[in-house]
Order: sequence, then C-alpha cells, then structure tokens
Amino acid sequence: MSVELALLLATPVLGAAFLATVGARRWAPEANVVFSGATFLAACALTTRVIGEGSFTALGEQFFIDPFNVFLVTLTALVSFTTSLFSRPYMRIESEHGRVKPQHLRLYHSMYQLFIAAMLIALTSNNLGLVWVAMEAATLSTVLLVTLYRTPASLEAGWKYFILCSVGIAQALFGTILLYFAAERVLGGSGMTALLWTNLNEVKGELEPAVLTLAFVFLLVGYGTKVGLAPLHNWLPDAHAEGPTPISAVLSGLLLNVAIYAVVRCKVLVEGSLQSALPSRMLMAFGLLSVVLAALFLWRQRDVKRLFAYSSIEHMGIVTFAFGMGGPVANFAALLHMTVHSLTKSAIFYSVGHAAQKTGTQVIDEIRGLVTVSPTVGWGLMMGSLAILGLPPFGVFASEFLILTTAMRQEPWSTPILLFALGIAFAAVFRRVQPMVFGETTAKRLPHSPALLPVFVHLAIVLLLGIYIPPYLADWYRSAANLIAGF
Amino acid sequence: MSTLPLDMQILNAIAALFLLLAFAMLSQRRVVTLVKLLALQAALLCAATLLLAWRTGETHLYVSALLTLLLKVLFLPWLLNRLIRQLGVYWDNESLLQISGTMLVGVLLVIFSFGLAQPIVALASTATRSGIGIAIAVVLLSFLTMITRRKAMSQVVGFLSMENGLFFGAMSATYGMPMIVELGVALDVLVAMLVLGVFFFQIRERFDSLDLHHLESLREDK
Repeated sequence: MSVELALLLATPVLGAAFLATVGARRWAPEANVVFSGATFLAACALTTRVIGEGSFTALGEQFFIDPFNVFLVTLTALVSFTTSLFSRPYMRIESEHGRVKPQHLRLYHSMYQLFIAAMLIALTSNNLGLVWVAMEAATLSTVLLVTLYRTPASLEAGWKYFILCSVGIAQALFGTILLYFAAERVLGGSGMTALLWTNLNEVKGELEPAVLTLAFVFLLVGYGTKVGLAPLHNWLPDAHAEGPTPISAVLSGLLLNVAIYAVVRCKVLVEGSLQSALPSRMLMAFGLLSVVLAALFLWRQRDVKRLFAYSSIEHMGIVTFAFGMGGPVANFAALLHMTVHSLTKSAIFYSVGHAAQKTGTQVIDEIRGLVTVSPTVGWGLMMGSLAILGLPPFGVFASEFLILTTAMRQEPWSTPILLFALGIAFAAVFRRVQPMVFGETTAKRLPHSPALLPVFVHLAIVLLLGIYIPPYLADWYRSAANLIAGF
Repeated sequence: MSTLPLDMQILNAIAALFLLLAFAMLSQRRVVTLVKLLALQAALLCAATLLLAWRTGETHLYVSALLTLLLKVLFLPWLLNRLIRQLGVYWDNESLLQISGTMLVGVLLVIFSFGLAQPIVALASTATRSGIGIAIAVVLLSFLTMITRRKAMSQVVGFLSMENGLFFGAMSATYGMPMIVELGVALDVLVAMLVLGVFFFQIRERFDSLDLHHLESLREDK
C-alpha cells in the first residue's frame, strides 16, 4: 500500500480518535487545523505521485487512485483544511454567544475528522460495497453535527437528514446488491473481487443489461438523494440551514460532490453494459428538474443559509445534467464546475456565517449593510455571490458557458430551459444579497477576529480558473473526463 | 410435479413467513409489539441464512448468520425496548391511513414486486431465487410502514425491517454480499442506532414527546 494513501486515510481517523478525547480543550480547534492540514499535505503528495506514475491500486486492489478520484481527493482535503481554519474562530464565537456548550465541541471536532475520513474512503475505495458503507458513515457522522445547537429547528433538520438519507441510501444498497448479482455471473463468485470497480469496468460489456438497468435506477435514486437531486432534495436546505456554518460549508462543498462521484462511477458501468442512452437521459432529466425547481424555490427564501442551500441544489443539477450529456467536453465542464462550485460555495458560507454572527440572525431582511461595519465580510459575500451566479471572469462562468454551448450542440431543446433557470436564479439571489451587503447597518463587532483568509483564497482560485487553467490541471481534468466518457 | 428437498421447503416456508411478518408490522400499532415482530423477522433471516450456509457450505454465511443473531435478533430489539421504556412511547395510534386501505396498497406492492423481480429471477442460478421477489416486497412494505407512521420509533422499526429485507434479497440472489461489505453494513446499522438513541433523547428533551408532528415547522411556506 502506498505511503501517501495510508497517510491520507489514517490522519483523519487518528484525528477523530485524538479529538474524541481532548476535543473540548482550549487548543482543540488548532489541533483540528493541524490534522486537516496534514491530510491536505498527504493528498498533495498522493497527487504528485499520480501525476508522475499514473493510476494505481493498493491493499489487494481494495483501494485505487485514478485521475478522476485523485482530483476530488485533493479538492476535499483542501476545502476541509480551509474550513477547519474558518471553524477555529467561528466556533469560539458561537461558544461565547452561548449557542454551543464547550463539552459539545468535543463531539464536533471528532465528528468533523470522521466525516472527512468517511468521504476520503468513499472516494478512494475500489469496492462499490465499501463506497456505500463510507457514504452512510458520512451521513451518520454529520447527523449529530446538524443537531449541535439542540434547537427545535435543528432537531427537525437532523431527523429529516437522518431518515431521508438512510432510506435513500438503502435503495443504493439494493442497487449494489443487483450489481453484485450481475457481476458474479461474469466474474465468478469469488466474493472479494466481484464488486471491485476496476474489475467491473473491464467486463462491463458482458454484464446483463436488464439487471443493470434496474440496478442503476436504485443507485441513482439512492445516491441521488445525497446529491440533493429534486424531488429527493427535501433534507438538504434544512440540514444546511440549521447546523453550524462550517458543517454547511463541507456538506455543500464536499459531500454533494462525493455523492455525484458515486453516481458517475455507476453510470460508467451501466452505460458500458447497456450501450444505450438511458442512464444519460435519466441523469439529464433529474439534473434539469433540480435546476428548474431550485431556481423557483430560490425566490421564496427568507433565510440566508437556506438561500445558498437551494443554490447548491441548482448547481448540483447543472453538474448532473452535464454528466448526463456525457462526452469529453461536457465531462470536463462538469468536473470544472464541481471544483469551482465547491470552492465558491464554501467561501460564501464562511462569509454568511460571520455575517450571521455579526447581526445575530440568519433572516435575510434583518441582515443589512455588512460592508459598512466589516468590508471584508461584505465584499466576500458580494464577490462570492457574483461568482456563484456565473458572472465573468469567475470560474463558474467558464464552466457554465462550456456546459451551455455543449448543450446547444448536443441537446438543443434543453438550452432555453437552462438559460431560463439560470436567469431566475440570478435575479433571485442578487436581489437578496445586494441589500444585505450595502445600506444602513445593524451589525456589531465580534469577540474574535473572523477568519476571512479562506474566503479570499477560494475566490482567488475561482477567479484564476476563470481566466487561466494551468496546463497540468487542464490535462488532469481532460484525462478524468476521458476516463468517464469511456475512452 | 417434482417435490423440493426438505431444506428448500423449509426455506420457502421461512420466506413466506418473512413476507407475512412485513404485513403484520404494517397493521400493528403497539410499538412494543412492533419491536417483537422486528426481532422475529430478524430471527427468520438468521434461520434462513443458517440453513443456506449448511446447504452450500459457505463459511461466510455462518458468520453472516451469527452477525444477524447478535446484532439484529438480540442487541437492537433490546436497545429499542430500553428506549421505549425510558421514553415512554408505547402506542402509535394515529396512522395516516386506515389499516384496511394500507393493507390493500400492501397487496398491490407485493404484486408489483414479483413483477419487478421476474427478470432477475429468470437469470439467477441460486436455489433461493424465489426469495428475490419476497425481499423486494418486504423492502417496499417497510417503506409503506415508514410513510404511514407518525411516531419516530415506528419509523425506525420500519427502517430496520427494510434493512432485513435487503439482506434477505442479497441472500436469495447471490448467497449474501462479500464479507467485508456485510461487516461494514452491520457496523453502519449499529452506529445508526446508537446515533438514534442519542438523538431521541435530544428530541425528547426539547419537545417532551416523540411525535413527529412537532417536527414539521420547517416548511417552505412558513
């Protein structure tokens, strides 16, 4: 087993164990940062190795790394690191405002690390059964974080999150069983190897189409619940709005990506077996429905975190639609969109979190004039919103532009629908954000200086990706896109 | 008509009982009885796995049966009963639909499941393939149980019964999942129930009840 991979997976697990014992101490937030930083370094080392040596499998083929998942591993490690930086002052302020008890911070820090570990295992596991197990573990580790404040609303959100995601993901387990059933007929009954993605990928042409169609329906519904695809999105706005903001940032920026990753891995197999456009059409339909519904719901939001949660559903819809169209260009755009959405949305949540602390509320109408009392929070929110709405020169514009032009070429009927939804979303978000940032203010000073460095680092990367994608990064996206397209 | 060997006949009888129990759960309103039915269902699953392990001689099925026995027949019902006693939730008396109506929907679901399972059964080579339809039916019936209940506890029982149905399906179609996956799933179920225990106490502390209508304020039209 490669050292880098071992470090990558072991660091957050050790971190969880360590913080479970000392997580309530004064310096626990710093320890959290150290563990997340170490995970990020391991991810960087892993990436350099994959760039140098190409894909590899480890630990009896149970784990594997290829361009598609290594890019998500790095993104996950980066955002969880910057979120831990943001969480450090944020949770201190929450603690001083009396919203969270110091002893609950132990649970918070430990579960945060466990959540990262679960996502990294889901991403790097070659065994589709283990992917399922890790996805469920990622849900379970965040349920008690969503309810951290113990308010009635947060308990309700936690319950919805728990029950909807568990039931949803139970469907994915059935899909996995069906996949195993189809695989066993081709690969033989040697239990350990029949669910390995690399093996399945080699024989995907021989897998029984009738069984795989049924399996894909269950897998898409199951993992789609976690992606937040409409009409299975009900848990998402609540869980994002009621939990602590660092958790909203990682749920929205990372967990949704990991769920999409699982869907795409399955789609590659099913498409190879069916030789038909059915999986693509299903992804496109779910994606478009999510984009349109989320855009309409965006108009009715009064709570700032719910507003951006619906915006996440919208963007996941765009990504799903792009993967549905398939082909190297659309896949490239979808991967780019996953990256920039993840970075921008977490940056927005960081600013929103501090804005809510300064004004003592998440209600949009009561947050006013952020820029007068704290220019960094105000501008962070404004720039982040403009970036997520797809204004040039930010990276979201580049990926959305690519997706739209591909749609015009491959699926012309969908272009007006997409443009209409994007337009509505733009108006809905902009008319809410503008008065929050400018105008008279009610905000007050905070006991700790907010951590806004991550906001501007993320936005700078997004800006850079909009203007210029470094050649090695572009190569990397391209090889991942080709891999998904089956070339 | 050829007669089946005795062990297969027993397995089929177990499968039929398994389905029957799902219907019993659908109509049962006493939470304590619901948990008993769940334990019985898990015991049937365990017996079926054991019988199959003996028939096929696959070691991992013995392990799986042991796991089912320890976790699902003994530990989870014990945990749920403890929670019921501590929280004082004994009845789920406001089902959202009339029981007769629910049963009728249940029958339709069973017919649908057997239709859905047809292509898989046709391909399967396992001796237990007739159980696939039953497994799908149990999953859907558990889903129906969850939808029609108001109390958090009954929904959890529905969820666990769904998990049993899935394992029954895996057993019927492929003689169980790979060992490592089965262990992982069992671990997840265990952790889920522990999280749930904590969670119930939090709900209880806040609302003084486990009725889910307290948890309906986060609507879009609020």
